[in-house]
Amino acid sequence: MVSQLTTSERQYALVTLLLLGLGGLAMAAMGRGDPIAVHGYIVLLFAIGLSFVVMAGYYAPEPDKDRLSRYYDDPTRVGIVLSIAWAVVGMFVGVWVAALLAWPDLTFDQAWASFGRLRPVHTSGVIFGFGGNALIATSFHVLQRTTRARLPGQFAPWFVLLGYNLFCVVAASGYLIGVTQSKEYAEPEWYADIWLVLVWVTYFLIYLRTLARRKEPHIYVANWYYMAFILVVAMLHIVNNIAVPISWSSAKSYSVYSGVQDAMVQWWYGHNAVAFFLTAGFLGMMYYYLPKRAGRPIFSYRLSIISFWGITFFYMWAGSHHLHYTALPQWVQTLGMTFSIMLLVPSWASAGNALATLNGAWHKVRDDATLRFMMVAAVFYGLSTFEGSFMAIRPVNSLSHYTDWTVGHVHAGALGWVAMITFGSIYALVPWMWKREAMYSSRLIEVHFWLALSGTIVYVFAMWNSGIIQGLMWRTYNESGSLTYSFIDSLVAMHPYYIARAFGGLLFLLGAIVAAYNVWMTIRQSKLEAAQGKEDADIPLFARDAVQAGE
Amino acid sequence: MDLDHDTLVALSKSWGLFYLLAMSAAVMVYALWPSNRKRFTHAKLSILDNDDKPLE
Repeated sequence: MVSQLTTSERQYALVTLLLLGLGGLAMAAMGRGDPIAVHGYIVLLFAIGLSFVVMAGYYAPEPDKDRLSRYYDDPTRVGIVLSIAWAVVGMFVGVWVAALLAWPDLTFDQAWASFGRLRPVHTSGVIFGFGGNALIATSFHVLQRTTRARLPGQFAPWFVLLGYNLFCVVAASGYLIGVTQSKEYAEPEWYADIWLVLVWVTYFLIYLRTLARRKEPHIYVANWYYMAFILVVAMLHIVNNIAVPISWSSAKSYSVYSGVQDAMVQWWYGHNAVAFFLTAGFLGMMYYYLPKRAGRPIFSYRLSIISFWGITFFYMWAGSHHLHYTALPQWVQTLGMTFSIMLLVPSWASAGNALATLNGAWHKVRDDATLRFMMVAAVFYGLSTFEGSFMAIRPVNSLSHYTDWTVGHVHAGALGWVAMITFGSIYALVPWMWKREAMYSSRLIEVHFWLALSGTIVYVFAMWNSGIIQGLMWRTYNESGSLTYSFIDSLVAMHPYYIARAFGGLLFLLGAIVAAYNVWMTIRQSKLEAAQGKEDADIPLFARDAVQAGE
Repeated sequence: MDLDHDTLVALSKSWGLFYLLAMSAAVMVYALWPSNRKRFTHAKLSILDNDDKPLE
C-alpha cells in the first residue's frame, strides 16, 4: 500500500508521524503519573509502528502514472476491515455491559470492568469505530464514483482514516482508565478532541477538493448527505467540546458551559450527532448503494432533495426534547418537541423513497440478502423515526424518559437502521473493492441477515416491555398518595428483560462475527487468485445481473 | 452581552419562523423548477453506469 504513494507522499507521512510521535513523547514526559501519560505512550507507539510500515516500503519504486486513470481505493479497503473489526469489538463489549446489567457481579472487583467505564467503550466502539470507519470508507468510494474524479491526493485520505482510528483508540483506552468529560457521546478529553478537529477538517477539505475536480455537472444527493455529516459533526464537536484543561500536562478539563446551558449545548450536540452522524451519513450510503444494488434509480430524486433540506433544517432544533421537565425554559422544550414531530415528514420521505425504489425489484429483495439488509434498514429507519417523534411529545416523554424504552428506541435505530444499512453496503462493496464477482459465501450473508434481524427484534421488544413497566411502576401511587413500588422493586422486575436483551445482543454479535469471517475469506480468495496471476484489471460490479434504468 | 431572555424569545418567534419558511420555499422552488428536471434525471441514472473509471 505504501508503494502506491509517491516519494513525496511517503516523506509527508514520515514527517507527520515524527511530529505525532514527538507529541506523544511530550504527553508521556510531561504527564508523569497522570492518565495523559498513558495516552502519550499509546500515541508514541502508534507513530513508531506506522513509521516502520512506511519505512519498509520507502524504497519501493514510484507508482506508475496509470494509477491516475483509476480510482484510489486503498483507504476504502482498509476502512472496511477496520470497521468490521470495531464492529466485533464494540458489539462484544455491548453484550458484556448488557450481561453486567443482568448479573452485576461480573465486574471481578476491577475498576476498569465497571459498567460506567465499559459502557462508553461500547457506545464509542460501535458508533465511532464501526459506524465512523464505515462512513469514511464508503464516503471515499461514493465520492469518487459519483463525481467521476479520483481523490486529489493519496496522503490526506490516510491521514483521515488512520488519524480517526487513533482518536477511537485513545477514546476507548481512556474510558477504561477513567478519562472522561462525562458528556455522553463526547467523552474523550481535550487533547483527543483537538486531534479530531485536525482530522475532520482534512476530511472536509478532501471532499471539497474532489468535488472541485468533478466531471459530473450535478453533485449527486448522496454527497450532500455525506457533506452535511462532515460539516455539521465538525461544528457540533467544536462547540460542545470547548473546555479549559487544568494544565497542559493533565487529562482533566472543565467545560466552559455550566448548568442548564451546559445541558442544552450537550443535547444540541447529542441529538444532532444522532441526526448527522447516525442518520445523514448513512442516508448518503443508502442513496448510493441501494439503487446501485437494486439496479434501479432512486424513485424520486426531487423528493430526496426536499427531504435532505427538511432533515438539515429541522434536526438542528430538536435536541431540547432530551430535556423535557427540566430547568430548561418551557418554550425551548416546546420548540424541540414541535421540530421533532415535524421531522417525521422528511424522515418518512426518505424511508418511503427507498422502499418505492425497490418497487419492481421485490424478487431481488427475496433472493439477495444484501439488498434485504438495505430494505430492512429503510423499514427500521421509518419505524424508529416515527417512534422518536412520538417519544419527543412531552407527556409521552414523561413515561418514557429515564426508562429502557429510550434504550430500545436507540437500538431500533442503531441495530435496525445504521448497522443493517452498513452491513448491506459492506456486502455490496467488498466484492467490488477486491475485484470478486460476489462475496465468499452468499449463504453466510443469509445467516447473518437472520441473526441480525432476530437479534434486533428480541432486543427491541425486551426493552419496550421493560421500559414501559419501569415507567408505569415509577408513577403508580397507592391510596395514601405515596409510591406503590420502591426503585428496587422495578429493578427486580427488569431482570428477565435484561437477560433477553443480552441474548438479543448476542445474536447480533454472532451475526457480526459471521460477517467478519465472510469478508476475511473474500479477501483471502482474492489474494490467492492474485498470487496465481488470475487477477483481471477490472470486474465491474453487478455486471452479471445489472438491470439498467427504464428496462 | 446584553442579549436577555426576552429578546432571544422574540427573535426566535419572529425571525426564527420566517427564515425557516423562506429557506423551505427556496428548496421547494429549486427542487421543482422544471428546467432542473434534466440534470436530476441525469444524476439519478448516471450512478447506475457500470464503468468504474474516472472520466478524463
